[in-house]
Amino acid sequence: MMLRADGLTKLYGEFCALDNVSLTVGPGEFVSIIGPNGAGKSTLINILTGVTPPTTGSVRFKERDVAGIGPVRLARLGMARSFQLVQIFPNLTVLETLQAAVVSRLGRGTRLFASLASDREVQAGALEVAELFGLADQRHVPARHLPQGDKKLLDVASAFALKPEIILLDEPTSGVSTADKTAIMETLLAASKRVGLRAIIQVEHDMDIVFAYSDRIVALHQGKVLADATPAAILSDHRVIDTVIGRRARG
Amino acid sequence: MKRAVVLTAATAAVAAAPLVVGTYYVLLMLPFMAYAVVLLGLNLLFGYTGLVSFGHALFVGIGAYTGAFITSRTTIRSLEVILLAAAALGALAAVPVAALCVRYVKIYFGMLTLAFGMVFYTFVLKFYRLTGGDEGTPFLRPSLLGHGLDAMPKIDYLTGPFYYYSLAVLGLATLVMWRIVRSPFGLCLKTIRDNPAKAETLGIGVTRYRFLAFVISAVYAAVGGALLGPPIGNVDPTLAYWTHSGNLVFMTLLGGFASFFGPVVGAFVFIYLQNWVMSVVPYWRLVFGGILALIVIFAPEGLLGLVTHRRPASARRA
Repeated sequence: MMLRADGLTKLYGEFCALDNVSLTVGPGEFVSIIGPNGAGKSTLINILTGVTPPTTGSVRFKERDVAGIGPVRLARLGMARSFQLVQIFPNLTVLETLQAAVVSRLGRGTRLFASLASDREVQAGALEVAELFGLADQRHVPARHLPQGDKKLLDVASAFALKPEIILLDEPTSGVSTADKTAIMETLLAASKRVGLRAIIQVEHDMDIVFAYSDRIVALHQGKVLADATPAAILSDHRVIDTVIGRRARG
Repeated sequence: MKRAVVLTAATAAVAAAPLVVGTYYVLLMLPFMAYAVVLLGLNLLFGYTGLVSFGHALFVGIGAYTGAFITSRTTIRSLEVILLAAAALGALAAVPVAALCVRYVKIYFGMLTLAFGMVFYTFVLKFYRLTGGDEGTPFLRPSLLGHGLDAMPKIDYLTGPFYYYSLAVLGLATLVMWRIVRSPFGLCLKTIRDNPAKAETLGIGVTRYRFLAFVISAVYAAVGGALLGPPIGNVDPTLAYWTHSGNLVFMTLLGGFASFFGPVVGAFVFIYLQNWVMSVVPYWRLVFGGILALIVIFAPEGLLGLVTHRRPASARRA
């Protein structure tokens, strides 16, 4: 098992954001976390990525306790993430953004006097990821000038450039047109094979995307796991349809 | 390519200045070169890491006092020794200050650096027996590359050997900083400036990089501070006063923090403009306050930003 969360509870004062949530992700799995707003998805993601420690419970990644260890160490261990609200470096070009990730992965960030331009491994690594995500033509464009969809792609691409073993994508297709969503997912899956990614966890609201790509779906409701099953099993579970999916379809 | 031409021409002009320009203006080049060294370092923190320090006069003061102590309390006069000692003490003083300050950002970082600057200023002002208080400590004429040069008239020394020595130090400081900002380290600093949260998810430890950038900037400030001493011949606490830190930030804004050479241009314009304004009206701070306001409103990328105008949108990022 790559990632195992056991009995996660998160209290904010009186409010229980997560109530005894357990979750496992194994090699080769694509797991989607779904649930209405306020179900605890963001809290769960923040705990799984080491940003916030759980009140009780544990998170183990590769048999290591990672609860609350912070994003920097988690990234070094091999877990990367992208954000719901797109996160870019506005003044850096596409290539510079990806180079920064490669520099970090290779542990070369404290090379004060080395030339970045003549570091072939960093240059090639960044270009490879740019090509995987179809961003090679815009490699010299500052990130702030990219269209919204490409900013989203760059955010995800920079996480991929870390060559992580597992990646958590917080709404990878939010704010993107329906037509572009499938394209983004296809790019993502193709890229994950190339960089040797072993598992993907995503939080996603678009049920078409969720059911088309997931191996397993974890449905959250009011801080609890309502269901944890394959897409086919979820579709035949009336509780989930009514509380999570149906509500969105009607709303 | 264009930059290389401009740079070569500028270097040639600075090198030729003592031969063609009047002594008075040549002497003004000395503080310019010293400040240029200071600001190259300050801008690693300001322009490349996104942290504005209001306390770097502390490190300028440390560099200047290091030179004053060595020349007036020991028999050592070598400027090479002085500069190395200034760099080492600048780094040493920066370690605890940086360790505390880099945990904070924006106004809190600025205020903490200001606080440390004030503590140091009060220290040099009040510890009279160590520092000479408000009278300061003499900075005796340093020897250059083993040459005593004590027999030389002061003006000849300053506009001759010392001038070219300062130019060489500035050249070296520029080359080293040029390499730093183009290194993997420099790239990591830029990611932190643009988006620290995102940098962390890429495994870039924000605090550690800010710390290193701070210490490097302090070393530059101390080296520049040591170069400020010989032309004045005396180091007093005004060098470490907070308004002096403010001047450093002003020079950086004036030239433009978004470009590598912006702060160097800022130092040059500041020194000569200040000299000219002071000769015309008695209230140079009044005039400079107006200039600062105009720059922030109309030319947030500074003078060099007006000339090159390549990255207009990045002005509002800070």
